[in-house]
Amino acid sequence: MIKKLQEGGIKMAEMLRVKNLHVSVEGRKVLEDINFSIDYGEIAVLFGPNGAGKTTLIMTLMGFPKYKIEKGKIIFKGVDITHMDVSERAKLGMGISFQRPPVVRGVSLRKLLKIVGNGKTDEELLHYAEKLNLTNHLDRDVNDGFSGGEVKRAELLQLLMQKPELVFIDEPESGVDLENIVLIGEMTNHLLGRDQRVKDVKRSAIVITHTGYILDYINADKGYILYNGKLMCKGNPRDILSEIKKNGYRRCATCQ
Amino acid sequence: MPVSKKYIEEIKNKARKALDKPAIYGEDIDLKKFQKHIERGKIESLELLPELAKEAALMAGVDVEEKERIGSYLQMDHSVVYKRLNKLYEGKVELMSTNEAVEAYDWLEEYFWRIVQPDTDKYTAQVALNPTHGYFIRILPGQKLDYPLQTCLMIAEGYISQNVHNIVIVEEGAELHIITGCTLSKTDATGIHLGISEFYIKKGGKLFFTMIHNWAENFYVRPRTAVVVEEDGVYVNNYALLKPVKSIQSFPTVYLKGDRASARFNTVIYGLKDSYIDLGSKIIFEGKDTKGESLARTISDHKSVIYSRGDLIAKTEEYCMGRLDCRGIIFSKNSAIYAIPQLISYGANKADLSHEASIGPISEEQVEYLMSRGMTKDEATSLITSGFLNLDIPFLPEMIDKHIKEVIEMTSKESM
Repeated sequence: MIKKLQEGGIKMAEMLRVKNLHVSVEGRKVLEDINFSIDYGEIAVLFGPNGAGKTTLIMTLMGFPKYKIEKGKIIFKGVDITHMDVSERAKLGMGISFQRPPVVRGVSLRKLLKIVGNGKTDEELLHYAEKLNLTNHLDRDVNDGFSGGEVKRAELLQLLMQKPELVFIDEPESGVDLENIVLIGEMTNHLLGRDQRVKDVKRSAIVITHTGYILDYINADKGYILYNGKLMCKGNPRDILSEIKKNGYRRCATCQ
Repeated sequence: MPVSKKYIEEIKNKARKALDKPAIYGEDIDLKKFQKHIERGKIESLELLPELAKEAALMAGVDVEEKERIGSYLQMDHSVVYKRLNKLYEGKVELMSTNEAVEAYDWLEEYFWRIVQPDTDKYTAQVALNPTHGYFIRILPGQKLDYPLQTCLMIAEGYISQNVHNIVIVEEGAELHIITGCTLSKTDATGIHLGISEFYIKKGGKLFFTMIHNWAENFYVRPRTAVVVEEDGVYVNNYALLKPVKSIQSFPTVYLKGDRASARFNTVIYGLKDSYIDLGSKIIFEGKDTKGESLARTISDHKSVIYSRGDLIAKTEEYCMGRLDCRGIIFSKNSAIYAIPQLISYGANKADLSHEASIGPISEEQVEYLMSRGMTKDEATSLITSGFLNLDIPFLPEMIDKHIKEVIEMTSKESM
């Protein structure tokens, strides 16, 4: 990892910088004055009650047009991407796992993976499909009739082929049974390069979690609480989790 | 013995009275514009077709090497230029031009102009009065063949009217797959293709009929098709139109006469440029426990206008089941789709008929989903489009399936 190299005033260790970000959805203000950064290889966990704006934040970072940036900037790998579209951001190295992805009829998962993998070998595709128990889903239409766990695994499989440098993962454990949680946890850890020794394969991530189960599998570096559209506190993700488990988000209200 | 002169004269007399009779649907075409008569010489092999013609044949799904075909029939303009049946299948299936069959078999009277009437409109009349071949295919009782038989109706010159009459007879318990490609090798030609098709599926027989239409901007097409399915018989009709056409209008009718007879239409239409497309399917339920399904996927682009019709008509007092599923995507602001499903029950109090029709835009959610995987907006749209048109058609030979998918992909990319 390159550390603290100065270039145009931006630390090269910093992969993502969000400055003074204000976001509205369909005319309603959702996020207010968000400021934070993610370093290369860093995993951040985003906590917060329902409706706090967690999904809005990662959808905005990915560039979905429904999420309107009213003010502020997003810098990714030293490039101002505030006005780039989803596709350009993906090409630059961002990737996202959807909570509820749409069905794409007539397009097989295999076909999509080949396009997403862009030149990666069929062996790699089959290897990951097997690891994620999705071999029998490859010739089915994307997400068509997939169960909660299958959807999550298919999202992970796509990301494993896409290999983004910064990954947004929205509640990997929701709607998933225990057996699947282990598999999804382990494969997420693999995607983020945390089970490998070589340093340079490490990816950065922002992970949204309600339950915190995923923390048993990935070694997250820091945590944030998003409350009422504002980023409230930053700290050790396990500490934040145990605080939430003890007191819920009540104390966030007093913090405001 | 040929079909009796008396019968032929009856047909022609009926036709003469309908020479100026417009069709119910579609623009009225002045047939006098298309008077040229062009005869062509025979060829020894499909690979010896002139380059342009070969390319057109390939694009219409013809396998020029004939490796996986039991036989081939190719007509260019007004001549049968190639006709060959693999020796292995002699005595199992018959293949000739309908003009020849009319000369050869007096019994053809029972099948010739029986379910399509010569006085239906000016187009049927024209074919009855000036027939220029078409294919006659008969598969003998109980025969089931490993590969499809292919036919190709091609037009290579302007200002002609190709008046074909096709007859297919599937005898009891036999099974046949026919692949037909209709195409133009001279893509700027104006002209008209008139095709009468009368298909008969006897007790327990099965016919899988796949048709690829590759026309062009100045060309008119008016097919007239009817199919009779007897007891336990099956008819499957796969149809793809993925190239521009000046105008096409066709409304094939299937009569499910026998008990447990079934029919299925799979239709894929891509409206391009100024195409005027009026296509549909009509299934008439007459037997007990008959079953019919019609699936259509249409996309309208540029200035195209598409009518997608579907009629289910129950006439039996016993149970029957029919389903229509027609979906459309409007691609361009200057195009139009009319989805017209129609369910009719004539006192058929046990009939179960349903339809689902929808017209909508390309889903933004799907486009953005694919864009987040690194595809551009155009790439995402083209993938969704080809997926939408990708009907999983049962019984379709892999090669044809692959071919249709490739053409769909090409078309959806080109039209971006």
